[in-house]
Amino acid sequence: MRWTLLVCLFCFAAGAVAGDVGRIKAATGSVFLERQGERLPATVGMPVLESDSLITGADGSAGVTFSDNSLLSVGPSSVLAIERYAFDSTTHSGHFDASLKKGTLAVVSGKMVKQSPDAMRVRTPSAIMGVRGTEFVVKVIEPGS
Amino acid sequence: MFALVFVALVILGAIYAQPAPREETVVVQPALEETVVVLPSADGHTGTVVVQRGGERYVLNKPFAASRISGGRSEITQLSDAEVRRSFGAVLEALPAIPATFLLYFVTATDELTDASKEELRQILAELKQRPVPDIMVVGHTDTVGELETNDLLSAQRAERVKGFLIDIGIPAAQIQTAGRGERELLVPTADNIDEPRNRRVEINVR
Repeated sequence: MRWTLLVCLFCFAAGAVAGDVGRIKAATGSVFLERQGERLPATVGMPVLESDSLITGADGSAGVTFSDNSLLSVGPSSVLAIERYAFDSTTHSGHFDASLKKGTLAVVSGKMVKQSPDAMRVRTPSAIMGVRGTEFVVKVIEPGS
Repeated sequence: MFALVFVALVILGAIYAQPAPREETVVVQPALEETVVVLPSADGHTGTVVVQRGGERYVLNKPFAASRISGGRSEITQLSDAEVRRSFGAVLEALPAIPATFLLYFVTATDELTDASKEELRQILAELKQRPVPDIMVVGHTDTVGELETNDLLSAQRAERVKGFLIDIGIPAAQIQTAGRGERELLVPTADNIDEPRNRRVEINVR
């Protein structure tokens, strides 16, 4: 009985963590989602989960719309990790941490930033960006590339 | 058993409710080249990005203001629209359409659109059709004439009617959610039993 309960709780916890947070709305060239160590070819309509990474080849680009109406896109040769995402559609509170390892990123912030200006943060190898309701682009060129 | 599950869920809920501590340290890798540029949004307004790099903090809040690090040197600079298009053309091209909201109005006590909204419907459907894999939320509302329960039902019918229009143009039903809010969310606040055309509406939210 106790084990059943533990298994139930584990399922509940896993479900709470693994909800989809966005959807791929645009994809050209080679685009992949890296999910739990697996690399999946990404196509338009595919859901994006917390902890996914969006990876593009030299000819690739992709755009994602998130549940709080945030928009993110990556250009060619990019690696973007969705590190943390949560959004409460009733209160509009939430948090969004993304990390651009290399390549280009465009961001249009959504409802959670309107609700609380500290909700969204974007990291690069050298910086952390706080987003106060805005549109911006980021480029990271790795050493030696 | 139920009590045990309940207590466990409450404890689990409490654990989730605790905000995780946010870590603030940044290790600078000076061989990198990085650029951050703030853009004016579609409505012409420019927001703010606060860039924290090493011990420094830069506030970018003018259109095309940029923070750049190159060869270990950090600078604040001003780019032009054309320069941004050149460096960021592909990534800007890939940005999805900005989510939008549309309103349709109804004839008193029915799920029939007003003549003006029938006209507008065509444009709205054309706009929705252009979006790849749209996620749509359709919310029906009523004015305050009639009973609460009747209005709940009517608002749900209005939402379903609009969902039907969307399915007719080929949007998969699985991508359309509907809800009826009855007279609980008035666009124009009124007393009870007031015939207010602007409250008899359906909201289509698309992203």
